[in-house]
Amino acid sequence: MTTHTMPAPPNLSTSLRPLPWRRMGWVTWRQHRVALAGVGAVFGAAAVYLVVTGLPMHSAYAAVTACRPASSGACQQVAQNFVATYQHLVLVTAGLMQAIPVLIGAFVGAPLLAREFEAGTFRYAWTQGFRRTRWTIAKLALLAIVIAIAAAAFGALFSWYVQPVIGAGGGNSGPLSPTIFDLRGVALPAWTLAAFAIGALAGILIRRVIPAMFATIVVWVALAFLTGAYLRPHYEAPLVTHAANSPAGALVINQGLLRDGKPASLDMINQTLRAVDLQALTPTLFHPTGPSTLPNSEDPVQYLIQHGYTQVTTYQPASRFWTFQWIEGAWLLALSLLVLGTTIWRVRRAT
Amino acid sequence: MNIIEARGLGKRYGGSWALHECTLAIPAGHVVALVGPNGAGKTTLLNIAVGLSVPSAGAVTVIGGRPAGSPAALDAIAFVAQDTPLYKNLSVADLLRLTRNLNRGFDGEYANARLGELGIPRDRKAGDLSGGQQTQVALTLALARHPKLLVLDEPMAMLDPLARHDFMAAVMTAVADDGVSVVLSSHVLAELERVADYLVLLSSGSVQVAGEVEDLLASHRVLTGPASEADSCAERLNVVHARRGEAQAHLLVRINGATDALPHGWDSHQVSLEELTLAYLRAPGTAALPGPTRTATAVASEVAQ
Repeated sequence: MTTHTMPAPPNLSTSLRPLPWRRMGWVTWRQHRVALAGVGAVFGAAAVYLVVTGLPMHSAYAAVTACRPASSGACQQVAQNFVATYQHLVLVTAGLMQAIPVLIGAFVGAPLLAREFEAGTFRYAWTQGFRRTRWTIAKLALLAIVIAIAAAAFGALFSWYVQPVIGAGGGNSGPLSPTIFDLRGVALPAWTLAAFAIGALAGILIRRVIPAMFATIVVWVALAFLTGAYLRPHYEAPLVTHAANSPAGALVINQGLLRDGKPASLDMINQTLRAVDLQALTPTLFHPTGPSTLPNSEDPVQYLIQHGYTQVTTYQPASRFWTFQWIEGAWLLALSLLVLGTTIWRVRRAT
Repeated sequence: MNIIEARGLGKRYGGSWALHECTLAIPAGHVVALVGPNGAGKTTLLNIAVGLSVPSAGAVTVIGGRPAGSPAALDAIAFVAQDTPLYKNLSVADLLRLTRNLNRGFDGEYANARLGELGIPRDRKAGDLSGGQQTQVALTLALARHPKLLVLDEPMAMLDPLARHDFMAAVMTAVADDGVSVVLSSHVLAELERVADYLVLLSSGSVQVAGEVEDLLASHRVLTGPASEADSCAERLNVVHARRGEAQAHLLVRINGATDALPHGWDSHQVSLEELTLAYLRAPGTAALPGPTRTATAVASEVAQ
């Protein structure tokens, strides 16, 4: 068998190799440095706040861990005081910082393409020798990488910040609790990337900066809320315990009371509680109907357990934190890449 | 080589066609005036040619067969869009650097020299320049790429008469120095008349007239004669537009060289490009197209009125 080599026909596409990607480095920096400075400022200000409020908290927590013997009443009191002092602060801080990813999506992602349309400059940018698809890919990729790295670094700092409150085992501040989970590990960069991607797609679809920013906020907040409320608790089949106290740091999904192996009805519970002048509004929410005769140190659930009820708790254990982080990180990354891919596809076909 | 070649080109926005069955072949080496009323499809045609828009039907090639929007086409076309959009927050120097990064061959020396001549400060933000200066900056960015085809969409809309003159002078210098082909669109023919040597007249989405200005002027005449003979005269000639008074009629006719004899008692005058264009715009049913597609449909309806 003879091999026959044909000289390649002189062809425009071979003589015109695409311009090197690195040229977009300066372009992206020059056109988005204000937005990137904004990202730096937001993360920087939040980081300063975390360090300033975190340092006293860490020294207070050092006193908790240094207390010996740990099971003594005095040490329990120190730990309780610590949780009472800092848990609220940490949860409020975490709540405020939920806004950071979506702000980045709205202020960096949404204007990226929307401003080109609003100002008409896409007619300049997309008629240069650097093709529009590559121009879009380069900008999206560079900004996405920078934003994700910044978010990952901030997530590490936030992990340091919340560590004492998680360690002290306050009731609502386990590692899986909604406002803490998504500011740590791979979840924070993944949520930030998703916000950026949603912003970019909103920009090419809506082509106006302000409406695209609003759309980004609405879509991202809805996604984050639905994930925290409905999706994340089911990444793995939840565990069930009949213990009176749910395991430390667990994310409680559902709690109910059983009597004789069957779910206890509200009427049944109220009959039992009438003796101590309490009324159950739900199986976990109680309301005094008179001067409560319940002994001080006992809560109504304890009282019910003493009177033949069993508490059933469905929960996710704190030990699943990293599994859940990787699951959430993976699907958010896949979603972000899909959204960015759609954005590039829309740019190819635009106008 | 054709600088722009369109076959059966159509572009639909929603239910209506901005361009329809548009067929066109513009040879290289001309300054082409793309003229037509507002909404005729000039911007649509140019956007497709520079690769910003994708046609709904047909195809366009540029600079000798490169598909519009292809890398080879983007490389060789410079486009200055309507209202000359620039990044307003970038300095002139940054705009130069931006354009250099986004293109293969960018002649920074040329650009700096030109901006120096124009007295445009390089450290000024584009948004702080006057409309005329912004247009000149946009033109400089385009010319410094040394394109084979320069496309200018309504470039002079923002300019005062002096700036228009300077702008056209800059374009003509580039034509003389680089041999660049230029396509300029405008709905005001007067500003192109002195510079264009090729005319494309678009009307309601298709090409009505296309040809070298010299040929068009040579092949059209205004005939002036008694109004009573206008009808019989019109039957024998390709009348583009007829204007008649009490006694005299003025017929703008397209003549076929020697075969058309001038009727007795009629005077023949040269026609100006503006007169010619206006006549065709007033008679949307007529067309004057070059080559095999020549369709001398001097519709009599205009005359019969």
